[in-house]
Amino acid sequence: MSNRYLSIENVDMTFYAKGMESQVLKGIDLAVDRGEYISIIGHSGCGKSTLLNIVAGLTKSTSGAVILDGKEVNSPGPDRSVVFQNHSLLPWLTVYENVALAVNKTQRGKSKAERHEWIVKNLEMVGMGHALDKRPAEISGGMKQRVGIARALAMEPKVLLLDEPFGALDALTRAHLQEEVMRIQDELGNTVIMITHDVDEAVLLSDRIVMLTNGPSARIGEILDIDLPRPRDRIALADDPRYNHYRQEVLRFLYEKQRKVESLAQRRGAVGEKEKGEKQKDEKEKARA
Amino acid sequence: MSSVQHSNTLAKTATLRWAPDLAAIQQMLMQRVVPPVVIIALLGALWELLCSSPGAALPPPSQVLRDTWELIVNPFYDYGGNDVGMAWQILASLERVAYGYSLAVVAGIALGVLVGQSTWAMRGLDPVFQVLRTVPPLAWLPISLAGFQDSTPSAIFVIFITAIWPIIINTSVGIRNIPEDYRNVARVLRLNGMEYFTRIMLPAAAPYIFSGLRIGVGLSWLAIVAAEMLIGGVGIGFFIWDAWNASMISDIVLALVYVGIVGFILDRMVAFIGNRVTRGTAQG
Repeated sequence: MSNRYLSIENVDMTFYAKGMESQVLKGIDLAVDRGEYISIIGHSGCGKSTLLNIVAGLTKSTSGAVILDGKEVNSPGPDRSVVFQNHSLLPWLTVYENVALAVNKTQRGKSKAERHEWIVKNLEMVGMGHALDKRPAEISGGMKQRVGIARALAMEPKVLLLDEPFGALDALTRAHLQEEVMRIQDELGNTVIMITHDVDEAVLLSDRIVMLTNGPSARIGEILDIDLPRPRDRIALADDPRYNHYRQEVLRFLYEKQRKVESLAQRRGAVGEKEKGEKQKDEKEKARA
Repeated sequence: MSSVQHSNTLAKTATLRWAPDLAAIQQMLMQRVVPPVVIIALLGALWELLCSSPGAALPPPSQVLRDTWELIVNPFYDYGGNDVGMAWQILASLERVAYGYSLAVVAGIALGVLVGQSTWAMRGLDPVFQVLRTVPPLAWLPISLAGFQDSTPSAIFVIFITAIWPIIINTSVGIRNIPEDYRNVARVLRLNGMEYFTRIMLPAAAPYIFSGLRIGVGLSWLAIVAAEMLIGGVGIGFFIWDAWNASMISDIVLALVYVGIVGFILDRMVAFIGNRVTRGTAQG
């Protein structure tokens, strides 16, 4: 397990607020190969973004570990670049400067000319070579997200983390950007983890879809291998029985198995109570010691 | 009417650059300059009317102009001592404001960053700030005179202590309102403290900082006039006090006009710098 490129091992996440504790994630185990495209799908509030933040190092898991390329993840870093849902470009910097901030910080070994070339190359790759001197306020939402992707790619991350990258975009722009991401993925072979709640997006882009059960205490419900040849074409796939089968699988998980999952969760809840009891015992023992 | 139409059609059809600009300038004059001119003329007429009666306590504008004409046309005279032109009086006041305000900007932003960044510092300092900022500027003057034993640093200190509160408070609010996303970007990039300060914190908080700076410059101009009345010497505040003692009401009126105009210019200058610096920061 741990010899995989990226492994998430038995990650639990519990938030404490005002004396209440709420477990968001429970026992998440996932191994990702180099170059794999993983989607994490689940209903909103199930802890998808929390999981991504743990991999990014922005949030510390309560227990368990994330191991990337043989090293444990403890803090955020440019080897796990994130494309945030709302682009989070710095509005006082131009498109070029936004990418340059990342490149100058992470590619120190390169000369100034090389870095410039690298910035422009990454922006051209996402089709933003024409707008280098524009500020974020002057470009559309889709363009901002492209710049965000360019910024993340320019850091040459070991794993690219996409947090609902197309969620805030209209359907046509979203489709267009999905194509771009597929093309770039074919070209660079990045390892990608993408959070989404869009079933079509997940099936179209992913090698595997990880489906999370509803929170609290979300777990991995099912993992679906998407065995479709690349490059994938959304129009051709619309008629493909395999594609529709995968789609159906995910839909069934999200909308049908929900009840089953809930009853399971109740059973687990009972188990959880027992565990809590044990935990309290542990704490008492700790207190004594 | 026809000429307006003419210039409109010109604006639409002309390929020459200056033609539509001319129409735009004309329109701007009509919209921006005419209303204030009309209002000022009306107010002046009213003032003239009210103060023209023989027993009036205050001079009408026509008499103010007559009395102060020497001062208006000759702002740079210097007969030694306190007897210098209006320009020198105002510049002396501006110099004090410049020192006090600059100190307030540096210290205010630094303290604002501290309070915005550290919850502990906020809990400790905020009550102190909230109490001290309600102390009227002039109430600081006696104690600063006692402390500095000299009028000039005392006046500067009064400016400083007046201008600093809005700068601290606005800066700290700006720092606290930096979106979580920007912090996350900084964390992923592993920006160090200094890089975070210059590349993220200052630009992100700049709109707030500048609204604090703008309030601060207005307050320091308010305070300097009052402070100078008490400390004496060259300065527009003492000029007003001196004129009152000499019963030269017209001089006071002229000084008030100048004080208002200078305050307005100071406010606009800070606003202009703020607009230039924070260009594009407000929207994401």
